[in-house]
Amino acid sequence: MPLVPNARERSIGGFYETKDSPYYITRNDTALHNLWRVMSFGANRILVYVLFILVLSSGTALSQGNTRPLHVQELAPGLFVHQGVHALMNAENAGAIANVGFIVGNEAVAVIDTGGSNSQGEALLAAVAEKTDKPIRYVILTHVHPDHIFGSAAFLRRNVAFVGHVRLKEAMEARFAHYLAANRPEMGSHLDGVELVLPDMTVTDSLTLDLGGRSILLNAWPPAHTDNDLTVFDPASGTLFSGDLVFLEHLPSIDGSLRGWQRALDGLAAIPATRVVPGHGPIDSPWPAALEPERRYFDALARDLKAAIDKGIPISEAVTSAGLSEAGHWRLFDTFNRRNATAGYAELEWE
Amino acid sequence: MIDFSGFTSAVAAALIGLGLAGGTAFAQSGAPAPAADTWSGLVTDVFDDRPMLDGAGIISLEAPVRAEDAAIVPMTLKAALPAGDARSIRKITLVIDENPAPVAAVFELGETARVETIETRVRVNSYTKVHAVAEASDGALYMVETFVKASGGCSAPAGKDPATAFNNLGQMKVKQFAGTNAVGTARREAQVMIRHPQFSGLQMDQVTRHYIPAWFIDELTVKEGDALLMKVTGGISLSEDPNIRFSYMSTGAGPIAVHATDTEGKVFEGSFPLENSGT
Ligand SMILES: [Zn+2]
Repeated sequence: MPLVPNARERSIGGFYETKDSPYYITRNDTALHNLWRVMSFGANRILVYVLFILVLSSGTALSQGNTRPLHVQELAPGLFVHQGVHALMNAENAGAIANVGFIVGNEAVAVIDTGGSNSQGEALLAAVAEKTDKPIRYVILTHVHPDHIFGSAAFLRRNVAFVGHVRLKEAMEARFAHYLAANRPEMGSHLDGVELVLPDMTVTDSLTLDLGGRSILLNAWPPAHTDNDLTVFDPASGTLFSGDLVFLEHLPSIDGSLRGWQRALDGLAAIPATRVVPGHGPIDSPWPAALEPERRYFDALARDLKAAIDKGIPISEAVTSAGLSEAGHWRLFDTFNRRNATAGYAELEWE
Repeated sequence: MIDFSGFTSAVAAALIGLGLAGGTAFAQSGAPAPAADTWSGLVTDVFDDRPMLDGAGIISLEAPVRAEDAAIVPMTLKAALPAGDARSIRKITLVIDENPAPVAAVFELGETARVETIETRVRVNSYTKVHAVAEASDGALYMVETFVKASGGCSAPAGKDPATAFNNLGQMKVKQFAGTNAVGTARREAQVMIRHPQFSGLQMDQVTRHYIPAWFIDELTVKEGDALLMKVTGGISLSEDPNIRFSYMSTGAGPIAVHATDTEGKVFEGSFPLENSGT
């Protein structure tokens, strides 16, 4: 693939040809000219690759007939959950690392998150069919992360509405192609059939969905775990599906705002649930006590980062020690703590 | 640091082996190694095929073993010529080979500023080599390279909260660090921060099927009084909210003035009085 794309590829962007870029038009020597192109237009060589993958995956045939249903547990009447494993997405777990579930009303079913691969989505679909004859009316996506949305294609062409936070679409557009490429080395062919399925119903603040004699309440949150976190509360059973706003055992990953997440904890605690299904961790956890471990972690991390920033310690150094007092309390600590510290430092140094 | 001229596939294999032995959860089985010829193509396109000298002892590049957060990967550059060398370092180029836009930034250094350390933050899309190239005042190029493993899972180079980034567009902050020497006497350390979403241009509008144009800071100039400290030409590989921390020789000539432009022609300016001891 050419390093510097040709004019036709560049026109995909439809931008620089017509744009008055002072750098572009005032510098004529070849090296600078090439430099500018490498700094901006080079983007398109990835696009071509990504489009190719998307076209390939959307054409993949689905094998539905003999799918084994995902193992789900009935936490309350008509409320089923599969517990993910504490790991990163890989070929062995087929991406099934997040908790996913569904709620059955008198007339219809709402699915909450679709899992980390098309095969997990298919298995979740089979689990719904195994437990009820009611049709799926809603597929609720709690946020953009691949372990929660990569199973969505299994629910296409079933007359279901995909429901998400008002900012979910933009986040999916910005990240989906990267997620496919970044998880390919570990997931391999488990990514076959994964498609970008955008929400067709969005939640700006809150929304009630009627499943027939059973209404569930959806809440959209300001940036916390991500900038598109959505929770689902089922008053009938007192169950809150928190998405990744609650992590237990598995260290939280901060991909939105550390301060925002700290602030969200009080709002979350006010939800009158008795149990929570966290995004990761034990699926039948007491509410709101389940918030306390991550609250303690965020407080420790923020305190350490703030101290480092105040002392003028650079980011590269601060992230090696911030939050370490929490190491013994969490699974996957080494995988996520430094990442959280990096994001947190970049956020807190503006305070 | 690795001498590129002596860099062989055996060395590469050994390095990759060491990385795996480290036992990280990422980029193991089946992770594609960076393409060997990416760099030679970049030498052509970015440096006009000029010869690359071994940068050991002249420039160093520190990067984390793994891009923990793909959107914010700290990179630390240190460059200085040996004592007695009459030349000066005039320019440093930071290249993330496998990124969609490999040249993250070009730092042109002020003649009297004697900038020695630069820390900035970049996006890392995939397992990649990273190169730093220092250009001396006689035009000689000195290069060092390192590797960064990609972050897997749910980390992404895209911004975390584009709405907030947009709302704070152009907000600026300059930090001057405690422990730096008194104004006008010697080496000081400062950090320039500017709010900008740095849109990569890789997002497609699903309705129009057009790509949302890239939008980023393309030029940033920092002066102390009238003296140029550095001019940074940036690309989309620089992280959201561009952030540059650097050490320089202060003349105490006046406030630190920052002037930045983005690809839409927006101009951002700020002036910050010198502090004896900063934050
Ligand atoms: Zn998540």
